Amino acid sequence: MPVQALQCKECRETYPLEARYVCERCFGPLEVGYDLSGLDAAEVRRRIQAGPRTIWRYADFLPFAGDPVAGLPVGLTPLQRAPRLAETLGLREVYVKNDTANPTHSFKDRVVAVAVAKAQELGFHVVACPSTGNLANAVAAHSAAAGLDSYVFIPADLEEQKVLATGVYGTNLVAVRGTYDDVNRLCTELSGDRDWAFVNVNVRPYYAEGSKTLAYEICEQLGFEVPDRIVAPVASGSLFTKIARGIEEWTEVGLVSGGLPVMNGSQAEGCSPVAQAYEAGRDVCRPVRPDTIAKSLAIGNPADGPYALDVARRTGGSIEAVSDDEVRAGIRLLARTTGIFTETAGGVTTAVLAKLAEQGAIADDERVVLVITGDGLKTLDAVRGTFERHEIDASVEDFERVVACQPVAAV
Amino acid sequence: MAVTVKIPTQLRNVTGGDTETAVDGATTVGDVLDGLYDRYDGLRERIAEDGDLRRFVNVYVGGEDIRFLDGLDTTVEDGDEVTILPAVAGG
Repeated sequence: MPVQALQCKECRETYPLEARYVCERCFGPLEVGYDLSGLDAAEVRRRIQAGPRTIWRYADFLPFAGDPVAGLPVGLTPLQRAPRLAETLGLREVYVKNDTANPTHSFKDRVVAVAVAKAQELGFHVVACPSTGNLANAVAAHSAAAGLDSYVFIPADLEEQKVLATGVYGTNLVAVRGTYDDVNRLCTELSGDRDWAFVNVNVRPYYAEGSKTLAYEICEQLGFEVPDRIVAPVASGSLFTKIARGIEEWTEVGLVSGGLPVMNGSQAEGCSPVAQAYEAGRDVCRPVRPDTIAKSLAIGNPADGPYALDVARRTGGSIEAVSDDEVRAGIRLLARTTGIFTETAGGVTTAVLAKLAEQGAIADDERVVLVITGDGLKTLDAVRGTFERHEIDASVEDFERVVACQPVAAV
Repeated sequence: MAVTVKIPTQLRNVTGGDTETAVDGATTVGDVLDGLYDRYDGLRERIAEDGDLRRFVNVYVGGEDIRFLDGLDTTVEDGDEVTILPAVAGG
């Protein structure tokens, strides 16, 4: 397998493949390094196409020396052509990468599948995380499937659906009075002195690799081609950054060509530290206190903010922010034109696509992929009261009186 | 009384294994850090660069990120707890 070592993204210092996430020399983040020079594109492509119908078909690009312990089946979610959405926005070719079709209904299954497999390889018996909700669902479920104990830390004001869809798996659920950033700080402190695998803290370099599979799938599903533009959400910036990393790796191996797509990141105005830094031309993000309905993106202190900014800038993209009303409208637009019900994060992403289309920023001949990362059933409050319901007696007369439908001619 | 400083795992090889220490006579976070730099050889280079904190280092006073306060000029009082943590977690 091509995986080699952990490497600091800042000073390039290398470390062995263990539970470690911070460079001892400069405090920079560590990421997994590979030597892809021995990979033959045709052979890799055959291995992928003959592989399991999960993210493990991309094992050449994942951080395991041997066969990982496969748990819940994750990935190969639909890439759905969205002609009605495209038409509504005046675009030609739009696809929705529908990551709601994962075991716990969000893209977090990808990163957690990798993190939990790695945690087992490293000999951990307890898995944990700070979470805005989707990760909580995934960590609780994947730990249950693997028979590992888990501790899930969430902000106490999280949406009820996400709390219920976590607790049901039998995890130790800890609701912290504070924001996600408070929860994250607490878990960073706890991880120092506990022999637990905090998926997005001490094993984060491996966890983050799971997000690359989203890029691999998009390219594979387009017939090993890179789209012209990808619109994706930005919270910590890790997913956004790793989508680009995945495409760079496949370009290096020769599986795809043409370079990176234009990358547009999406944030909610109520928590937009990366969009603000983009707008101001800064390469560092100033932390903010989140106030938005898009709680799964409500990270005020984004760890990968500087790298997300770099990806947006060098691909000719941007990091955009939209209001909560635009988020609600985005959820409705996607549902009504594609049949996909997304949570608030997908409302953010759809709203950013709509905004870019309205600005004329997207050329007529572009092939655009919209990344939908989570299911609408997780954030039901966002659509409550946004449509009319007709309540009637169980009679034809009442139906015709109340609903006042157009008479339909018999065929 | 003094200001208590909590030291993350990643810095304990320059603090001789100390997980916590106390700094006397400091009025700002900057003073507290200077006190630590005097005490522990090699600490400054690890977390600071050009007179400021490195961008992947977070410092908190009583759980509050100093970037929401006055940065290194944030005032501290006896009994306050200062926490240094890596900024690369989460999400």
